[in-house]
Amino acid sequence: MRGWRRRGEQIVAEVDRQEAAILRGLVGQVLDMLAAREEDAPEDPLAELTGIKVGPSTAPDDPILSRLLPDFHRLDDDQPTKEDLDSAAALRSLHEPELLAIKTGVAQTVMDTCPPDGGEIALSPEQADAWLSAINDVRLALGTALDVTEDMPDELPEDDPRSSHLGVYHWLTWVQESLVNAVSS
Amino acid sequence: MTTPVEQETSEVEEVGAEDKPWLTVVWNDPVNLMSYVTYVLQKIFGYSREKATRLMLDVHHKGRAIVSSGSKEKVETDVAKLHAAGLWATMQRDS
Repeated sequence: MRGWRRRGEQIVAEVDRQEAAILRGLVGQVLDMLAAREEDAPEDPLAELTGIKVGPSTAPDDPILSRLLPDFHRLDDDQPTKEDLDSAAALRSLHEPELLAIKTGVAQTVMDTCPPDGGEIALSPEQADAWLSAINDVRLALGTALDVTEDMPDELPEDDPRSSHLGVYHWLTWVQESLVNAVSS
Repeated sequence: MTTPVEQETSEVEEVGAEDKPWLTVVWNDPVNLMSYVTYVLQKIFGYSREKATRLMLDVHHKGRAIVSSGSKEKVETDVAKLHAAGLWATMQRDS
Protein backbone atom coordinates (compact mmCIF):
# COMPACT_ATOMS: atom_id res chain seq x y z
CA MET A 1 0.00 0.00 0.00
CA ARG A 2 1.28 3.45 -0.86
CA GLY A 3 -1.27 5.31 1.25
CA TRP A 4 -4.74 6.73 0.77
CA ARG A 5 -5.52 9.55 -1.62
CA ARG A 6 -8.56 11.51 -2.62
CA ARG A 7 -10.12 10.92 -6.06
CA GLY A 8 -13.07 13.24 -6.42
CA GLU A 9 -15.50 12.31 -3.66
CA GLN A 10 -13.82 9.00 -3.10
CA ILE A 11 -10.89 7.96 -0.93
CA VAL A 12 -8.82 5.29 -2.64
CA ALA A 13 -5.84 3.00 -2.02
CA GLU A 14 -4.45 -0.26 -3.37
CA VAL A 15 -3.64 -3.21 -1.16
CA ASP A 16 -1.76 -6.33 -2.09
CA ARG A 17 -2.97 -9.81 -1.17
CA GLN A 18 -0.96 -10.01 2.05
CA GLU A 19 -2.08 -6.58 3.27
CA ALA A 20 -5.70 -7.44 2.54
CA ALA A 21 -5.32 -10.70 4.47
CA ILE A 22 -3.85 -8.89 7.49
CA LEU A 23 -6.58 -6.23 7.48
CA ARG A 24 -9.42 -8.71 7.04
CA GLY A 25 -7.94 -11.14 9.55
CA LEU A 26 -7.59 -8.54 12.32
CA VAL A 27 -10.94 -6.87 11.66
CA GLY A 28 -12.50 -10.36 11.61
CA GLN A 29 -11.04 -11.06 15.05
CA VAL A 30 -12.57 -7.85 16.41
CA LEU A 31 -15.90 -8.91 14.89
CA ASP A 32 -15.63 -12.27 16.67
CA MET A 33 -14.90 -10.59 20.01
CA LEU A 34 -17.85 -8.22 19.62
CA ALA A 35 -20.15 -11.12 18.69
CA ALA A 36 -19.04 -13.08 21.77
CA ARG A 37 -19.78 -10.08 23.97
CA GLU A 38 -23.18 -9.67 22.38
CA GLU A 39 -24.00 -13.26 23.29
CA ASP A 40 -23.26 -12.41 26.92
CA ALA A 41 -26.17 -9.95 26.98
CA PRO A 42 -28.77 -10.88 29.55
CA GLU A 43 -31.87 -12.63 28.27
CA ASP A 44 -34.72 -10.23 28.67
CA PRO A 45 -38.26 -11.23 27.71
CA LEU A 46 -39.25 -7.55 27.92
CA ALA A 47 -36.72 -6.69 25.22
CA GLU A 48 -38.51 -9.06 22.85
CA LEU A 49 -41.74 -7.19 23.45
CA THR A 50 -40.43 -3.65 23.48
CA GLY A 51 -37.61 -4.04 20.97
CA ILE A 52 -35.34 -2.20 23.42
CA LYS A 53 -32.19 -4.23 23.88
CA VAL A 54 -30.56 -4.27 27.29
CA GLY A 55 -26.85 -4.93 27.61
CA PRO A 56 -24.82 -6.29 30.52
CA SER A 57 -24.34 -3.93 33.47
CA THR A 58 -20.75 -4.90 34.19
CA ALA A 59 -17.60 -4.19 32.17
CA PRO A 60 -16.04 -7.09 30.25
CA ASP A 61 -13.33 -9.01 32.14
CA ASP A 62 -11.20 -9.09 29.01
CA PRO A 63 -8.93 -6.03 28.89
CA ILE A 64 -9.30 -5.65 25.10
CA LEU A 65 -13.12 -5.69 25.15
CA SER A 66 -13.06 -3.47 28.18
CA ARG A 67 -11.02 -0.90 26.23
CA LEU A 68 -13.36 -1.12 23.23
CA LEU A 69 -16.42 -0.74 25.49
CA PRO A 70 -15.41 1.74 28.21
CA ASP A 71 -17.36 2.78 31.31
CA PHE A 72 -19.23 6.09 31.31
CA HIS A 73 -17.54 7.19 34.56
CA ARG A 74 -13.98 6.88 35.85
CA LEU A 75 -14.19 3.89 38.19
CA ASP A 76 -10.48 3.15 38.53
CA ASP A 77 -9.97 5.55 41.44
CA ASP A 78 -9.34 3.90 44.81
CA GLN A 79 -12.91 4.31 45.89
CA PRO A 80 -15.47 5.07 43.23
CA THR A 81 -18.70 6.33 44.82
CA LYS A 82 -21.72 4.06 44.92
CA GLU A 83 -23.54 6.66 42.84
CA ASP A 84 -20.92 6.43 40.07
CA LEU A 85 -20.88 2.63 40.19
CA ASP A 86 -24.67 2.41 39.92
CA SER A 87 -24.81 5.05 37.21
CA ALA A 88 -22.03 3.38 35.17
CA ALA A 89 -23.86 0.05 35.38
CA ALA A 90 -27.14 1.61 34.23
CA LEU A 91 -25.50 3.58 31.39
CA ARG A 92 -23.61 0.51 30.20
CA SER A 93 -26.71 -1.66 29.93
CA LEU A 94 -28.52 1.18 28.19
CA HIS A 95 -25.80 2.08 25.64
CA GLU A 96 -23.70 -1.05 25.10
CA PRO A 97 -26.03 -2.77 22.60
CA GLU A 98 -25.87 0.27 20.30
CA LEU A 99 -22.11 0.63 20.73
CA LEU A 100 -21.66 -3.05 19.81
CA ALA A 101 -23.89 -2.56 16.78
CA ILE A 102 -21.91 0.51 15.61
CA LYS A 103 -18.54 -1.22 16.06
CA THR A 104 -19.82 -4.34 14.30
CA GLY A 105 -21.13 -2.16 11.47
CA VAL A 106 -17.86 -0.35 10.81
CA ALA A 107 -15.92 -3.63 10.93
CA GLN A 108 -18.38 -5.13 8.46
CA THR A 109 -17.81 -2.17 6.13
CA VAL A 110 -14.12 -3.07 6.00
CA MET A 111 -14.97 -6.71 5.24
CA ASP A 112 -17.35 -5.59 2.47
CA THR A 113 -14.95 -3.13 0.81
CA CYS A 114 -11.52 -4.75 1.24
CA PRO A 115 -11.01 -7.23 -1.62
CA PRO A 116 -9.79 -10.58 -0.16
CA ASP A 117 -7.21 -11.02 -2.92
CA GLY A 118 -6.01 -7.43 -2.84
CA GLY A 119 -6.68 -4.69 -5.36
CA GLU A 120 -8.20 -1.24 -5.30
CA ILE A 121 -10.27 0.00 -2.38
CA ALA A 122 -12.55 2.94 -3.26
CA LEU A 123 -14.51 4.39 -0.35
CA SER A 124 -17.34 6.91 -0.06
CA PRO A 125 -16.80 9.54 2.69
CA GLU A 126 -19.09 7.51 5.01
CA GLN A 127 -17.20 4.30 4.29
CA ALA A 128 -13.89 6.10 4.90
CA ASP A 129 -15.15 7.17 8.35
CA ALA A 130 -16.19 3.57 9.04
CA TRP A 131 -12.69 2.41 8.06
CA LEU A 132 -11.12 4.99 10.39
CA SER A 133 -13.17 3.70 13.35
CA ALA A 134 -12.61 0.06 12.46
CA ILE A 135 -8.84 0.44 12.08
CA ASN A 136 -8.79 2.39 15.32
CA ASP A 137 -10.61 -0.48 17.07
CA VAL A 138 -8.03 -2.95 15.76
CA ARG A 139 -5.20 -0.67 16.97
CA LEU A 140 -6.87 -0.36 20.38
CA ALA A 141 -7.14 -4.16 20.56
CA LEU A 142 -3.54 -4.76 19.45
CA GLY A 143 -2.25 -1.84 21.53
CA THR A 144 -3.91 -3.30 24.64
CA ALA A 145 -2.64 -6.81 23.90
CA LEU A 146 0.91 -5.51 23.28
CA ASP A 147 0.74 -3.15 26.25
CA VAL A 148 1.77 -0.27 23.99
CA THR A 149 3.09 2.89 25.64
CA GLU A 150 3.38 6.40 24.25
CA ASP A 151 7.14 6.14 23.89
CA MET A 152 7.01 2.64 22.36
CA PRO A 153 10.14 2.08 20.26
CA ASP A 154 9.76 1.24 16.56
CA GLU A 155 11.30 -2.13 17.24
CA LEU A 156 11.57 -4.31 20.30
CA PRO A 157 14.48 -6.64 21.09
CA GLU A 158 14.20 -9.83 19.02
CA ASP A 159 13.69 -11.99 22.11
CA ASP A 160 10.63 -9.96 23.08
CA PRO A 161 7.60 -12.09 22.14
CA ARG A 162 5.77 -8.93 21.05
CA SER A 163 8.36 -7.86 18.48
CA SER A 164 6.78 -9.45 15.38
CA HIS A 165 3.30 -8.14 16.22
CA LEU A 166 4.59 -4.64 16.84
CA GLY A 167 5.41 -4.30 13.14
CA VAL A 168 1.76 -4.92 12.26
CA TYR A 169 0.68 -2.38 14.85
CA HIS A 170 3.01 0.28 13.43
CA TRP A 171 1.82 -0.48 9.89
CA LEU A 172 -1.82 -0.02 10.97
CA THR A 173 -0.83 3.26 12.62
CA TRP A 174 0.58 4.41 9.29
CA VAL A 175 -2.52 3.21 7.39
CA GLN A 176 -4.79 5.12 9.77
CA GLU A 177 -2.67 8.30 9.73
CA SER A 178 -2.69 8.23 5.95
CA LEU A 179 -6.48 7.79 5.91
CA VAL A 180 -7.03 10.68 8.36
CA ASN A 181 -4.90 12.90 6.12
CA ALA A 182 -6.83 11.86 3.01
CA VAL A 183 -10.29 12.46 4.50
CA SER A 184 -9.24 15.83 5.98
CA SER A 185 -7.65 17.04 2.74
CA MET B 1 -46.70 6.43 21.52
CA THR B 2 -43.21 6.42 22.97
CA THR B 3 -41.68 4.61 25.88
CA PRO B 4 -40.87 7.01 28.71
CA VAL B 5 -37.32 5.78 29.31
CA GLU B 6 -35.78 9.23 29.70
CA GLN B 7 -38.58 10.35 31.95
CA GLU B 8 -37.92 7.46 34.26
CA THR B 9 -34.27 8.20 34.65
CA SER B 10 -34.88 11.86 35.40
CA GLU B 11 -37.38 10.95 38.09
CA VAL B 12 -34.81 9.15 40.19
CA GLU B 13 -32.36 12.06 40.08
CA GLU B 14 -32.03 14.12 43.20
CA VAL B 15 -33.78 17.44 43.30
CA GLY B 16 -31.54 20.13 41.95
CA ALA B 17 -29.23 17.71 40.18
CA GLU B 18 -30.50 18.74 36.78
CA ASP B 19 -29.31 22.31 37.41
CA LYS B 20 -25.72 21.15 37.62
CA PRO B 21 -24.11 20.90 34.24
CA TRP B 22 -22.27 17.75 33.32
CA LEU B 23 -18.85 17.55 31.70
CA THR B 24 -17.54 15.26 28.97
CA VAL B 25 -13.91 14.35 29.66
CA VAL B 26 -11.52 12.77 27.14
CA TRP B 27 -8.51 11.01 28.69
CA ASN B 28 -5.08 10.48 27.19
CA ASP B 29 -4.27 6.99 25.98
CA PRO B 30 -1.19 5.68 24.20
CA VAL B 31 -2.95 4.36 21.09
CA ASN B 32 -5.19 7.07 19.66
CA LEU B 33 -3.44 9.21 17.06
CA MET B 34 -3.28 12.97 17.58
CA SER B 35 -4.56 13.57 14.04
CA TYR B 36 -7.44 11.12 14.55
CA VAL B 37 -8.49 12.66 17.89
CA THR B 38 -8.55 16.11 16.26
CA TYR B 39 -10.61 14.76 13.35
CA VAL B 40 -13.12 13.06 15.69
CA LEU B 41 -13.59 16.20 17.82
CA GLN B 42 -14.25 18.26 14.67
CA LYS B 43 -16.67 15.72 13.32
CA ILE B 44 -18.68 15.00 16.49
CA PHE B 45 -18.87 18.53 17.88
CA GLY B 46 -18.45 20.62 14.74
CA TYR B 47 -15.44 22.38 16.30
CA SER B 48 -13.02 24.33 14.15
CA ARG B 49 -9.70 22.65 13.41
CA GLU B 50 -8.00 25.15 15.77
CA LYS B 51 -10.32 24.38 18.71
CA ALA B 52 -10.18 20.63 18.11
CA THR B 53 -6.37 20.76 17.93
CA ARG B 54 -6.18 22.78 21.17
CA LEU B 55 -8.37 20.24 22.99
CA MET B 56 -6.38 17.32 21.54
CA LEU B 57 -3.13 18.92 22.76
CA ASP B 58 -4.66 19.36 26.24
CA VAL B 59 -5.50 15.66 26.28
CA HIS B 60 -1.98 14.83 25.14
CA HIS B 61 -0.07 17.13 27.50
CA LYS B 62 -2.34 17.41 30.55
CA GLY B 63 -3.77 13.89 30.40
CA ARG B 64 -7.37 15.04 29.95
CA ALA B 65 -9.58 17.74 28.50
CA ILE B 66 -13.18 18.76 28.95
CA VAL B 67 -14.55 18.60 25.42
CA SER B 68 -18.21 19.45 26.04
CA SER B 69 -20.70 20.22 28.80
CA GLY B 70 -24.42 20.53 29.36
CA SER B 71 -27.37 18.50 30.56
CA LYS B 72 -26.87 14.91 31.65
CA GLU B 73 -28.66 13.66 28.52
CA LYS B 74 -26.51 15.75 26.17
CA VAL B 75 -23.24 14.69 27.79
CA GLU B 76 -24.36 11.06 27.88
CA THR B 77 -24.95 11.21 24.11
CA ASP B 78 -21.56 12.89 23.57
CA VAL B 79 -19.75 10.17 25.56
CA ALA B 80 -21.56 7.46 23.58
CA LYS B 81 -20.43 9.05 20.29
CA LEU B 82 -16.82 9.32 21.52
CA HIS B 83 -16.88 5.65 22.58
CA ALA B 84 -18.10 4.71 19.10
CA ALA B 85 -15.06 6.54 17.70
CA GLY B 86 -12.78 4.68 20.13
CA LEU B 87 -11.81 7.62 22.33
CA TRP B 88 -11.53 7.11 26.08
CA ALA B 89 -14.30 9.39 27.36
CA THR B 90 -16.20 9.64 30.64
CA MET B 91 -18.78 12.01 32.13
CA GLN B 92 -18.85 13.72 35.50
CA ARG B 93 -20.74 16.43 37.34
CA ASP B 94 -19.22 19.87 37.29
CA SER B 95 -17.92 20.32 40.83
